[in-house]
Amino acid sequence: MIRLNNIVATYTTVRGQVNAVDGVDLTLPSGKIIGVAGESGCGKSTLLKVIYGDLAYPLSLKSGSVQYGFDGSNGYEVTTRNIQEYWFKRISYIPQSSMSSLNPVIRIRKQFIDFVGADRRKKSEMLDEIRAYVKSLDLPPEAIDAYPHQLSGGMRQRIMVAMGTFFNPDIILADEPTTALDVVVQKGILLLLMDIQEQMKNTILFVSHDMGVHHQITHKMLIMYAAKVVEFGDSDDVFEATLHPYTRMLTESLPTIGDDHVREGVAGRPPSLWEDLQGCRFAARCPLVTALCRTQEPELIEHRPGHFAACHHTEKV
Amino acid sequence: MTTVLKTENLKKTYHFGGLVSRVKINALDDVNLSVESDRPVIISLVGESGSGKTTLAKVMLRLVEPTAGSAIIYDQRVAGEGAKPDKREFLSTVQPIFQNPFEAFSAYRTVDAYLQRTATRIKQLNAADSVMAMEEALASVGLKYADVRGKYPNQFSGGELQRVSIARALILHPKIIIADEPVSMIDASLRMNIINLFLSLKQQYNTSFLYITHDLATAYYVSDYIAVMYRGTIVEFGNARGILTRPQHPYTQLLLDSIALPNRKWERKRFAASDIETKEFQFEGCRFRNRCPLAEDICKHQRPKPVVQEDGREVYCHFAEKTNIQLESIK
Repeated sequence: MIRLNNIVATYTTVRGQVNAVDGVDLTLPSGKIIGVAGESGCGKSTLLKVIYGDLAYPLSLKSGSVQYGFDGSNGYEVTTRNIQEYWFKRISYIPQSSMSSLNPVIRIRKQFIDFVGADRRKKSEMLDEIRAYVKSLDLPPEAIDAYPHQLSGGMRQRIMVAMGTFFNPDIILADEPTTALDVVVQKGILLLLMDIQEQMKNTILFVSHDMGVHHQITHKMLIMYAAKVVEFGDSDDVFEATLHPYTRMLTESLPTIGDDHVREGVAGRPPSLWEDLQGCRFAARCPLVTALCRTQEPELIEHRPGHFAACHHTEKV
Repeated sequence: MTTVLKTENLKKTYHFGGLVSRVKINALDDVNLSVESDRPVIISLVGESGSGKTTLAKVMLRLVEPTAGSAIIYDQRVAGEGAKPDKREFLSTVQPIFQNPFEAFSAYRTVDAYLQRTATRIKQLNAADSVMAMEEALASVGLKYADVRGKYPNQFSGGELQRVSIARALILHPKIIIADEPVSMIDASLRMNIINLFLSLKQQYNTSFLYITHDLATAYYVSDYIAVMYRGTIVEFGNARGILTRPQHPYTQLLLDSIALPNRKWERKRFAASDIETKEFQFEGCRFRNRCPLAEDICKHQRPKPVVQEDGREVYCHFAEKTNIQLESIK
């Protein structure tokens, strides 16, 4: 279980401070794949960075805290300040671009050993272990002897998945891990990730803007809009018994093959986070907007067991 | 009938590496496409990265010289031996839109300067007429000239800026717009606005489009024709709706099966990944053969010729009849 206590995350820029995540208060269950969706700039990647404890300038945690659901090795509580000590072992991160995460002039096996090597065992033993693990994922073990550029984008990303899951961490954070890849390769990697999760029962936070991908792999969905959570619940509920008009828009705006309905885009764009925002942040683009929405901000309320939404008019969606 | 687009044995070979290990990539290998129509059409070009779709677009835009073969757009020979179209005439026929509008416009120039230049330099309008032309072009993409004037690219959202780049192309009333992944950088909620704009421009301005994408769903939504590419070759070409609802080439079937749909879940079956990409470019026979479930000996040695089907589509497969039967039996 990950507990997010009213998180406000801020970027400091020359123009001043802007809250990229503005008051997220949620409990995320363990052993599930939790999808995080929203448009660019909605704060989904920032939320992941906060949970990962990657809080370097210009990003800072203005208020709130994260409880990770496990105690530190010395009995102290784990917070965003000391979660770094547990990177890879208990919490890991799979980035979007494997090419900018792997060092291009060092063989992959050396980079693998670099983070496995913390417990100072014999190199050959570690290598055997790594090879066996890579093989257990149906990947060619000799792939780790290559330099990153010698592998295809898909194979590199599979290696990143292998690195991220090697220690069987409690929490895996995946930030658009397949966005740059082709559909055929994407499917292979997602199936691999699902198989790993089924065996190891990790908690995976999976960020993507592709609702189709979310439908395939997630158990829970978290929808964000303009730095706020607008809907959270079981994926089946979020997709089929949608409570927020923004979620409906995300799932229905894109065409599908074999369906000849005319699709309409949505006018306008998300509000600038620099402005002093009042009322519901989606109000300007919402088809159900009323006077109430423009003045009073809706709170994230549990409308059905386990299904939260922040909207004044959920019954109309 | 007007020839909207025609390529004849188009080839483009890239060379990589130094003297010792030289790699040859046939980015386009004998591409033969032909679309004839009196009305404007939207042609989609789909395939994975490295399938050659962007190279094909670059050849059409005269940004890349083909190694062999030729290309014709609206009865103008634009690429290949002896192709020397008049520059102004060519630019008034073919116009591009690129993937990332923030890279297409310089961050240090106002965006209307680009529109102005297009109107005065290529269309050779005077100052007053060029303002009229800009107003008209921006209005047709749903923007106002007064809102755009004097603004820099960072003052627009991705969707708006992509509209401006479409407006720039429209100033010349081109016969065809070549759009290379025009919506892949744009958020889902704004993507359909651009796609619907293509449809309305096709009706209003009689503009044809060559829409290059890896998103099969939007390709289905807008296109009249579709060409599926794999490793530099065409594998299936014809009516878009027919191909996307009843794919006949095994690769098109694999592609459609891999899309993450929001209404149907995948079968949980892991499959082998291709890890010999660069080698596949040099395959003599069918380039899909090592991933193909139907592959036989003939696929190794002989490049499949297009087999024309009942609905007019061309399937580049030795077993085109067989895939037909396979599909029937599934149903």
